[in-house]
Amino acid sequence: MANVLTGVARRATAAPAARGRRPRALLPRARRNAGAWAFLIGAVLCFSFFSWYPIVREIIMSFQKPVYGGGFAWTGWTNYIRIFHDPTFWQAWRNTAEFTLLALVIGFAVPFVVAIVLNELRHARGYLRALVYLPVMLPPASALLLFAYFYNPQYGLFDDILRILHLPTSQWVLQPGTGFISTAMVSVVIASTWMNMGSATLIYLAALQNIPGELYEAAELEGAGILRRIRHVTIPQTRLILVMLLMLQVVATTQMFIESYVLTNGGGGVGDNVQSVVMLIYQYAFAMSGASNYNSASALGVVLMLVLAVFSGGFLWITRERG
Amino acid sequence: MASLASASARARMAGRRQTTTTRTLISEVSLNRPRGKIIYRVVLTLVLVVFTLVFIGPMYFLFADGLKSTQETIATPPTLYPHQLNPGNFVQSWNRLDVGLMLLNTVYYAVGALVLQLVFDVAAAYSLSKLRPVLGNVVFFLMLATLMIPVTVLVVPQFLTVDNLPVFHWNLIGSPAAIWLPSVANAFNIFLLKRFFDSIPTDYIDAASVDGASRLMILWRIVLPISRPIIAVVSIFSLVAVWKDFLWPLLVEYGYTPTRETLNVGIWQASYGGGTPENLIIAASAMAAVPTILFFLIFQRNIMAGLTSGGIRG
Repeated sequence: MANVLTGVARRATAAPAARGRRPRALLPRARRNAGAWAFLIGAVLCFSFFSWYPIVREIIMSFQKPVYGGGFAWTGWTNYIRIFHDPTFWQAWRNTAEFTLLALVIGFAVPFVVAIVLNELRHARGYLRALVYLPVMLPPASALLLFAYFYNPQYGLFDDILRILHLPTSQWVLQPGTGFISTAMVSVVIASTWMNMGSATLIYLAALQNIPGELYEAAELEGAGILRRIRHVTIPQTRLILVMLLMLQVVATTQMFIESYVLTNGGGGVGDNVQSVVMLIYQYAFAMSGASNYNSASALGVVLMLVLAVFSGGFLWITRERG
Repeated sequence: MASLASASARARMAGRRQTTTTRTLISEVSLNRPRGKIIYRVVLTLVLVVFTLVFIGPMYFLFADGLKSTQETIATPPTLYPHQLNPGNFVQSWNRLDVGLMLLNTVYYAVGALVLQLVFDVAAAYSLSKLRPVLGNVVFFLMLATLMIPVTVLVVPQFLTVDNLPVFHWNLIGSPAAIWLPSVANAFNIFLLKRFFDSIPTDYIDAASVDGASRLMILWRIVLPISRPIIAVVSIFSLVAVWKDFLWPLLVEYGYTPTRETLNVGIWQASYGGGTPENLIIAASAMAAVPTILFFLIFQRNIMAGLTSGGIRG
């Protein structure tokens, strides 16, 4: 440790010479670079194998077809045309859009309101915060199996509560019907919001705590009520976080898989009414009986990648800071 | 010694937000009025009751219903508490689903992934931040670009890559490496670590290198001690990510005897077949939840700090 101290002192004399920007010799520079790359190489290899190469490979595979006896042959747009002709493809996209929309209405607004309320409370703050975040820590399968148990039409808790209240019971996730806001999808969104809202709530809370108190003071002196203070102080002050989370949430919900997979026991619901796009990728690639086809799955993956890229790009463009 | 201590203190201060209570939406003045006091009490009680019901309520059933008998679990109307305690369910569930082995697997995968991520991602971020090799910026840009591409989109080519690793022709399916190695390719870790390393003054590093410390020594003795807060954040994220992942372990560790599944996949699989009674599944879900709840209660402060200071992660 002592050498660090003396090093700091000695640097004062060493620094001017180092700043002289002399052209350095080639050999030490090469050695320095080799050393730096030695630190980098492990991560670069992992990125190459498990991130960069799969991206390229997915695009290539989407234009190929398997050949009997092994290997792949080019096939042009066939895979894309095939998946566009699959009715499940459109169904899955419609469901995913439905999930994303409902998750926004419920999963985006609820945490914000909860955060605003929690920020006003002067008691039990730690307890409430821990409470909201606890489900986020559960293994998702645990949480979802619990909800599947509650949703069970024969012996589930939720139907029992409805019966006690003399309300009509529901099949919940297994409720048939493919209307745009179907009971089945709302059930999936409720479970998903319960287990995921904690992180968004805490991020909002942190953002709310950074709002300068003088702004509220000034707004109140001007005679603004609580709702107008939220509208004109809270929301503009947290805009950046709201916008970022909105985008991340849409990207995350579009990739919905486990919620619908576990709640419907891998089935996708009655008439595929909660089948999601990622579930369809999984089924194309790994679950379709007999003829599992990696290439159609890749084509669907590329479509999803493009949709999300266009969405993120467009979203950032629309919400960019003007001026 | 003194300079190091002050630097780490400064780094710690920078990581922590000022938490002096400034005024919020509603002022103390209006809260202290009689009417304000009443409304506040009512709202506080309401929030406490509703939140406890909504968030603890389901978890109560997670633990209570595992103790019920099979008939009682599926009885209508439901019983609020187990009328007949069957702690044996937990033992039965533990043995039947091999929960112990799944727990061991999960810990093994999570800790291995954590160690590899810390070694490779810290080294890479240090190199990109302080050693700055040629093409470093290109590499960093390519890493960040992967943040734009959602992980689930790539399952098919990733699965095929793990099935037959290019160049080496290794089949990693079923081995822990199938989870460990892809976890290292985490651009978010690199980004967080590099951003933190960038804030460490170069003076310290120059000083040590004048004294003849090697780069590894500098990383170990200077950079890492200062970076403890961000390392904690990255560690927690990486442990939780392995613990909560579903689709990937389902693809690469599924269907071996004895089981190689993680808890998250294993308890789902037990319910999938049908044969397992509901109370045993609930008991298994409860047992799978216990370690994470304990982890949360122990590291609560770090987790929440990481969530807010470490950045946003969907």
